[in-house]
Amino acid sequence: MFIGYFTERPYQDPKSGYFGATGKPIMDLDVSNDIYDAQLGANLYNRYLDEKIYAEEMGFDGLMLNEHHSTPFCMGGAMNVEASILARITQRAKIVLLGNIIPIWDDPLWLVEQLAMIDMISRGRLVSGWVRGTGRESVAHNVEPHYNWERFKEAHELIVKAWTTPGPFRWEGKHYHFRHVNPWVRPYQKPHPPIWLPGVVSRDSLMWAAEQRIPYIMLATEMEPTKQAFQLYHDTAADLGYESGPQNIGYLWKVHVDETEELAEQAGRKYVQGPSNPFLAGNEGTTNQALLQLPGLTSRRRVLPTQSVATAARGGSAGPGGVLSRPYEQQIEDYTIICGTPKTVIPKIRHVLETIRPGSIFFWDGDGAMTHDDAMRSLRLMGQEVIPAVREIAAELDLPGPFEVDPATGQPYVADPPSPVPAGAVGDGGDS
Amino acid sequence: MATGAQAWTEEFVEAAGVSLQMVKGGSGAPLLVLHGELGHQGWLRCHDSLAQDYTLHIPSHPGFGATERQEWIMNMRDLAGWYLEAIDDLGLQGANIMGFSLGGWLAAEMATMSPDTFNKLVLVSPAGIRPPEGEIYDMFLAVAKEFLTAGFYDTASAPEFLDVCPDEVSPELAEAWDIAREEACRLSWRPYMHYLALPNLLHRLKRLPTQIIWGRNDEIVPVSASQVFNDSIPGSRLTIFDNCGHNPHIEKTDEFLTTVKTFLSS
Repeated sequence: MFIGYFTERPYQDPKSGYFGATGKPIMDLDVSNDIYDAQLGANLYNRYLDEKIYAEEMGFDGLMLNEHHSTPFCMGGAMNVEASILARITQRAKIVLLGNIIPIWDDPLWLVEQLAMIDMISRGRLVSGWVRGTGRESVAHNVEPHYNWERFKEAHELIVKAWTTPGPFRWEGKHYHFRHVNPWVRPYQKPHPPIWLPGVVSRDSLMWAAEQRIPYIMLATEMEPTKQAFQLYHDTAADLGYESGPQNIGYLWKVHVDETEELAEQAGRKYVQGPSNPFLAGNEGTTNQALLQLPGLTSRRRVLPTQSVATAARGGSAGPGGVLSRPYEQQIEDYTIICGTPKTVIPKIRHVLETIRPGSIFFWDGDGAMTHDDAMRSLRLMGQEVIPAVREIAAELDLPGPFEVDPATGQPYVADPPSPVPAGAVGDGGDS
Repeated sequence: MATGAQAWTEEFVEAAGVSLQMVKGGSGAPLLVLHGELGHQGWLRCHDSLAQDYTLHIPSHPGFGATERQEWIMNMRDLAGWYLEAIDDLGLQGANIMGFSLGGWLAAEMATMSPDTFNKLVLVSPAGIRPPEGEIYDMFLAVAKEFLTAGFYDTASAPEFLDVCPDEVSPELAEAWDIAREEACRLSWRPYMHYLALPNLLHRLKRLPTQIIWGRNDEIVPVSASQVFNDSIPGSRLTIFDNCGHNPHIEKTDEFLTTVKTFLSS
C-alpha cells in the first residue's frame, strides 16, 4: 500500500468570508486577482510546504501536488516550483505530481527538463503524472480545447522519448516541432520516472492508462462508480493480455482525523467552506456554463460513470442547473468524507479499501477553510495511529502498491525495492 | 423564415471530396452566401428578397450543419484553400460572394488567394482583422444564446431575432450550435478570429469590387475593424448602419438589401 497526502492549497483569506461558501460566491474565471494579498500568499505557500515536511515525518509515502490556473482554490499554478522545493527539503517521500497539464504547454521540452531536474535533486523520488486539465486551464493558457487529447498523447510520447532516447533528435509532429532535442539533464530513475494518471471523467484517458499500464488514480469520486471505473481498467487490461491489480489503481478522498469527534466535525465541515472549488462537493461555487461547453474538450459521449458525480468543471451535463452539490452529511454517509478520531476513522477507511481495493491511496486534508492547526493535528494523528493501522489492513487485504508490484507486469519487485525506485517501475511499459 | 411556399431546397452536393450540405433558392446569377460562426441561420427575409434577382447557394462549411468535418483543416486559410476547389467543382467561378462574420473572413481569405474567382464581394461584419480599437467578442467564453444576443443592438426591434435565437431552443438547434461552435473553435481559437497578415494580403483585391457593411454598434467585431478592411482593399466601399449590431441583414434588413442590391447591380 502506497499512502499519500494531498491538499489543493486553496488561497484562503483569513479575513474569512471574502469569498467562497462563507462569503461572496465564486464563478470559475470570474474572480479578479485584484484582491490578491501578497503577504497572505507568501504565508500560505510556506504553510503548505511546512505541512508537506511534517507529512513526511509522519510517515506518508507520497506528497501529492496538483495544478490549476487562474483560480483561488488551488495555488499550484507552477506546481513544479513547489515540487522542486520539496525535492530539496524532504528526504524520503515520493513527490507525486498529479498532474502536469501537459496539453496546455506549447513547449513540453521545458517539462522534460523541469521534471528531470526534480528527479535529480530528489535523487529519484519523482512520480510524474499527467492530466488533461479542465476548460479553465485551456482558457487560462489559451490552448486549443479541441486538440486537448491529441496534444496530450503527442506530448506524452515526446516527453518519454526525450527522457529515454539519447539525443539529439528531431521531432516533427502534428502539434509539436523541435529541431534539436537534447536536454542536458536526464532523469535519475531509469528509464524514467513513473507516470501516473489521475482522473474523474474521461473514459478515453482511463482506457489509455490501462493500455499504457499506467496506474490510474480516481479523484474524490463516489465509491460505487469508482469501483465500476476500475473494473473498466481491469477489463481493458485483461483484453490486452495482462492482469492488473491494486498496484494499477489509486483513490484519493477526503480524510480528516482529530483529537475528539467534536473537533473532527468542526474541522470536517470546513471542507465545504473556504474558496469555492468545483472539485469539493458541497462547495463547488457557481458553474460557468460557457466553460462547461468549451468546444471539443471532452468527447460528449465518452465519459465515465463517475462523471456525473465528480465535477462540473469539465464538459457534459451536470444535471439540472449544473448543480452537483452534496451536503456535508451526505458525504459523511457515503464515505467521500471520512472524519473523526482514529478510532472511528480506521474502520471506515477499511470499508473503502475493501470496496475499491486500491494499491495507492491519498488522504485529502487541510483543504477548504481548514487552518494550519487543523491540518497539523490531523497529520500527527495520522502518523501516530492511522497510517500504521492502514498498513496492517492493506497487508491483510493483500493490496500491494505500485512500488511493491510492478503495474506494467503484475510481478512483485524482487527483494526490497531500493530507494530510489527500481528501474522498471515505469508507467509506459505497454511494450514491455 | 420561409413564408408560404418554400422558396428554397436543400441537398447534398459533391465538391472537393466532400458531401456538402447546400441550401439553394432563387433565380438569376449565382450568389454564394457564406454563413458565420454558428452556421446557416435559416432562410430569412433578406434571402427571400435577394432570391428574386439571384440564385442563392448557401453551403454549410465542412464541420458545420450536416457537412462532415475535415480533420486536416486546422485554420481559416486551410478552409479557404479547400473552398476554392469546391467552387471550381460546383461551377461557381465568376459568382458573386457574400460572407457574414466568420464567413466574411473566409470570403476575404479566398479572395486574397484567388481574386479572379469572384465577380463581386460583399463582406458583412467580417471577422479576420484585429480591431485597432476594442476586441472581438469571445464567443467561447459565452454560451450560444448570450453570443447571439450580443450580436444585436436591439433584439426587441429585430423581428427575426426570435427566428435565429428562439426562447425555447430545440435539442436539434442546441446540437447544431454545439457542432458549429466546435468547428468555429478549430478555425479561430488562436489568434482569436483574426489573421495578422490579412490586411496586407487584402491589397490583392484591387480589381475585385468589394462592398463592406457594418453595424455602428457591433459588439462582436468592433466597427473599428471596418476601417482597416476599407483601407486595405483599394477601391472598396464601406457602409455603416447606425443603431445596428453584428447582424445588419436582420436588424436593418431594408437598408441592407438596398446596399447589397445597388452594389451588385451597379
